[in-house]
Amino acid sequence: MNIAGQPVSPAPLKTALGAGASHTGVHYWWLQRLTAIALIPLSLWFLFFASALVGIDYAGVLALIANPIHALLLICLTICLYWHGAIGLQVITEDYIHSRPLEMMLKVGIRLGAAVGCLACVMAILSVWLGATLHG
Amino acid sequence: MPVHRRLSPHLGIYRWRVNMLQSTLHRLTGLFLCAGVLLVSWGAIAAAYGKPAWDDYVGFCTNPIGILLMIGWSWSLLFHLCNGVQHLVHDAARNYGPPVRDLMSMPVYWATGWFVVVVSALATLLLWAVLGLRMAGR
Repeated sequence: MNIAGQPVSPAPLKTALGAGASHTGVHYWWLQRLTAIALIPLSLWFLFFASALVGIDYAGVLALIANPIHALLLICLTICLYWHGAIGLQVITEDYIHSRPLEMMLKVGIRLGAAVGCLACVMAILSVWLGATLHG
Repeated sequence: MPVHRRLSPHLGIYRWRVNMLQSTLHRLTGLFLCAGVLLVSWGAIAAAYGKPAWDDYVGFCTNPIGILLMIGWSWSLLFHLCNGVQHLVHDAARNYGPPVRDLMSMPVYWATGWFVVVVSALATLLLWAVLGLRMAGR
């Protein structure tokens, strides 16, 4: 509201249309959809893969993960999951955390945590595939 | 001087509809699935680490609380997946917006919303029926 009690739009409509003021607003929306599309087949495949792990012994588990197709799909799944999840958590943070410092800290934590988690998981899959153990 | 932005109408004025349930569940299942991603990562790392680590992981997944969590994660995944597909359809501007939403002659908008909820629940039941039968057969 301005002094006269009239609503004031902070930005003229012409700068909000199209690319907007920052020219980058669509990037994360698009990445969220891109990873979502990739996750449709990947998560359906993962349900079958995870079901195949039920009740088999450790050697069988290693053999299933070490199958090159399975290892490749698992790595694709891991990257898409962390990426999609990080963007989703960031959106939730932006929507519900109204303290700017806390919001920034959470966003930094989400990004860095997702990067480390994703790399650790990919490393584990690669090590099973290549037959190396993580504990030396 | 602070900028006073106009706010869009919020919860108070809305009539309850299935898309509110979908929207809320999409976020909640999304949050829960983020924990599921950590569980999948734990599994991969445990498998790479050795048999004792893998056995700990299996122990967590197969105790009664673990099974309940697994059922929760599988339904969350299936709901988020089904609802996400509908979300993508809406993103492509199909079956979306006031002309579709408000015409009683085109109730497909609400019907597909309930369809998503019901299909995700049925798919979860099917998954656990198959898993249960397989385990019983061993």
